[in-house]
Amino acid sequence: MTNAMLGKQYHDGDIIVRQGELGDCMFVIQEGEVEVIQRHADKEFCLAVLGPGDFFGEMAVLGKEVRPATVRALGHAYVLSLEKRAFMHRVHEDASFAFRIIKKMSHRIRQLEAALVRTADISTLEAALFAAGSYAKPESAKLPKTNA
Amino acid sequence: MSIATAPQLQDGSRIGVIGGGPGGSFFSYFLLQFAERVGLDLEVDLYEPRDFTVPGPAGCNMCGGIVSESLVQALAVEGIMLPPSVVQRGIDSYYLHMDVGNVRIETPLQEKRIAAVHRGGGPRGLQGKEFGGLDQYLLDMAVAQGASVVRAGVQSIAFNNGRPVVKTQSGKQADYDLLCFAVGVNIGAKLLENIPFAYKPPRTTRTYICEFCLGREVIEREMGSSMHVFLLPMKRLEFAALIPKGDYVTVCMLGDDIDKEMVNAFLTSPEVKEALPAHWRLPADFCHCSPRISIAAAEPAYGDRVVFVGDCGATRLYKDGIGAAYRTAKAAAKTAVFHGVSAAQFRRHYQPICRRIEHDNDIGRFVFWISRLLQGAAFARRAIWRMVCDEQRLSGGQRRMSMVLWDTFTGSAPYRHVLLRALHPGFWGRLLWNFVAANRGVYTDIEVSND
Repeated sequence: MTNAMLGKQYHDGDIIVRQGELGDCMFVIQEGEVEVIQRHADKEFCLAVLGPGDFFGEMAVLGKEVRPATVRALGHAYVLSLEKRAFMHRVHEDASFAFRIIKKMSHRIRQLEAALVRTADISTLEAALFAAGSYAKPESAKLPKTNA
Repeated sequence: MSIATAPQLQDGSRIGVIGGGPGGSFFSYFLLQFAERVGLDLEVDLYEPRDFTVPGPAGCNMCGGIVSESLVQALAVEGIMLPPSVVQRGIDSYYLHMDVGNVRIETPLQEKRIAAVHRGGGPRGLQGKEFGGLDQYLLDMAVAQGASVVRAGVQSIAFNNGRPVVKTQSGKQADYDLLCFAVGVNIGAKLLENIPFAYKPPRTTRTYICEFCLGREVIEREMGSSMHVFLLPMKRLEFAALIPKGDYVTVCMLGDDIDKEMVNAFLTSPEVKEALPAHWRLPADFCHCSPRISIAAAEPAYGDRVVFVGDCGATRLYKDGIGAAYRTAKAAAKTAVFHGVSAAQFRRHYQPICRRIEHDNDIGRFVFWISRLLQGAAFARRAIWRMVCDEQRLSGGQRRMSMVLWDTFTGSAPYRHVLLRALHPGFWGRLLWNFVAANRGVYTDIEVSND
């Protein structure tokens, strides 16, 4: 049923948006999965794995910041794009159009807060273990994958 | 009635929706969704006697079956994903056919953003049930949100102390706090006779739609994911399109009262024959209909405890009727939940959306008038064709004529945007150059397949 799929087809590993680039559209996943990756000090952190119905790149339509993360396809994925201009026209006609995005962002903020608390707890534990000489910091860190 | 004392929906309020097409389903879905967000408990009865899973006219809402680019995107953001069991084909490009030549036009992002669907159970004589129809999908969505479907035709509407009372053909009756009409353009006079305000139904014209079964492989090979659009010098024909679906291709003719003669002339024209497989012959019997479409909005599309959405309220000229149903239904639902159900509230919060659609249609009428003028002159058709061919070498944003035509034919953008694109000096500069070049035989290296 590939002819019946909407959006653009991406293959495994294809980059959909790249960290640091300016963007002018957001994306909604129609089929398949994508991973959201952030590079920091030569390390890659997988922030989330997103699936059908999830969206990403919404920060680009709400502001003028560069993409905070890279998003790449995990296997075959179909992704639909929505330009900033079209999105804003809709929002100005019908503010409730942005409700789902606001809800999702609120959910992400909550996840982020929980992750921060976990990180703070781990750091405290790490410091205690390190001081006791029974802990060596790992070479690379990878945040646990979450289904946003 | 002052706004302070205007009727509002409260916990336990009952809402009747007449018509289970996209307008009725979207209205029910959004009404219940908004109510849930504010903790309001509503009951919605959706009256629809038809079974949209049945092939042929009994389960069909008679439409070309295109979900526009803008609606596909809007639904995706709303969290309404059109599944591959409903989308028969994603469209990412189109062939423009004119008597002077044809050309394939890619969309800038080469992304399938238009969905070709069947509204009902499919054409008469359909074998197999691989795809479901859009109307049933949207109806199921409304039911999942909490609406109850009443499988009965509505015989009459009465008003009791200002509250609408619906009487079905089986004699049952129920009273409501709000009644939403989503009955398309074929609204029966009997349903309107007790409406306590002077409702003027939309003005309509006749169009033509038919379906030919060509088989999956043939459609894949001959048409792929491209729509075929025809700009032919035929009087009263605004444009026509071939829309590839699963096993079928839908022919859609729009214009001023399309009649049998025009249909025959179009289907037997060399341009249509060229677009269809070489062995194809017009079958003796095939599923076809001549539905009426709205060309001017109803007035007024609301009253106290009554609102009209979709085609019987306001819809877009020639295109994107499902998109207009989405916009009007959502605006009406939002008004009902957040502001109230009085005529004053609908005038304040719902009418602006209907007016915006109607104002855009005024621009659309002008766009089609220009298009008719150009179609009527051979030198203009040559210039347009040459300009479109030439543009295929340019990047997306510079394909001005291609985008004007794409947005006009698919309904993907408001007519205001189409006009603004067409008023760009770059558009006119290039068009004038092509007027000269096409009619003086100026040669440029245009790579165009004339297949």
